[in-house]
Amino acid sequence: MTSMKRRTFLKGSVATGAVGMAISAGLLTPRMVLAAWPKAAFEATTVDDAINGLFGSSGLTGSEQIKIKAPDIAENGAVVPISVETDISGAESISVIAEKNAQPLAASFVLGAGTEGYVSTRIKMGKTASVIAVVKAGDKLYSTGKEVKVTIGGCGG
Amino acid sequence: MSIKMRAAAQDGVTTIKALISHPMETGTRKDKKTGEKIPAHFIQEVVCEHNGNTVMTAQWGPAISKNPYLSFRFTGGNAGDTVKLSWVDNKGNSDSSEASIN
Repeated sequence: MTSMKRRTFLKGSVATGAVGMAISAGLLTPRMVLAAWPKAAFEATTVDDAINGLFGSSGLTGSEQIKIKAPDIAENGAVVPISVETDISGAESISVIAEKNAQPLAASFVLGAGTEGYVSTRIKMGKTASVIAVVKAGDKLYSTGKEVKVTIGGCGG
Repeated sequence: MSIKMRAAAQDGVTTIKALISHPMETGTRKDKKTGEKIPAHFIQEVVCEHNGNTVMTAQWGPAISKNPYLSFRFTGGNAGDTVKLSWVDNKGNSDSSEASIN
């Protein structure tokens, strides 16, 4: 009886050990730690500065492998549904930018290893503008845009 | 404040849909009665974990709509697995919620 318990205990500790090793080997750590919020990028007032703040470069390559789903006309700029889908292989992040907002960067979604190139959310838009999606894959930035006409802006008051 | 989250697996792909109740104040809006600016109050980071792996880290600015909605998909989830969603805002408030995959 005692030896059975001991066996269970040993099994348990081996399992914990495996997780511990994964952490020390760096397999789990990078994504488990909260990444620093990119303040400069979110406070940037131009699209270029926002992209620079996020990635340290603003060289974008246009891509047809990114699709933005957004309304052609948004009656209420406070709630504009946006979906971005990409099949670019090795996509690491998807960022959403509203070109003419006072602070253009709305969100940046960092994808996990098994996460598909798809995000859907709702953003505020101050006025009619392009919504730009930027996908980072390797050391390249790909982007596409879609115009959204805003009837009533959703940023001021 | 609350988090509503659904996780559903189909053909090996798990779809997460989450709705968080949060004011998402931009900091530029004025109180109509006092004329004073309402301080910025918005979620900065949302993290979703599945089996100890981070499947999504969303970094948000105040341009995300009030009561934010987030949906995304990942491979590798099975029915019954737990997914955890947590957020932190610019005032240091946070919340988290768990859901099992259907």
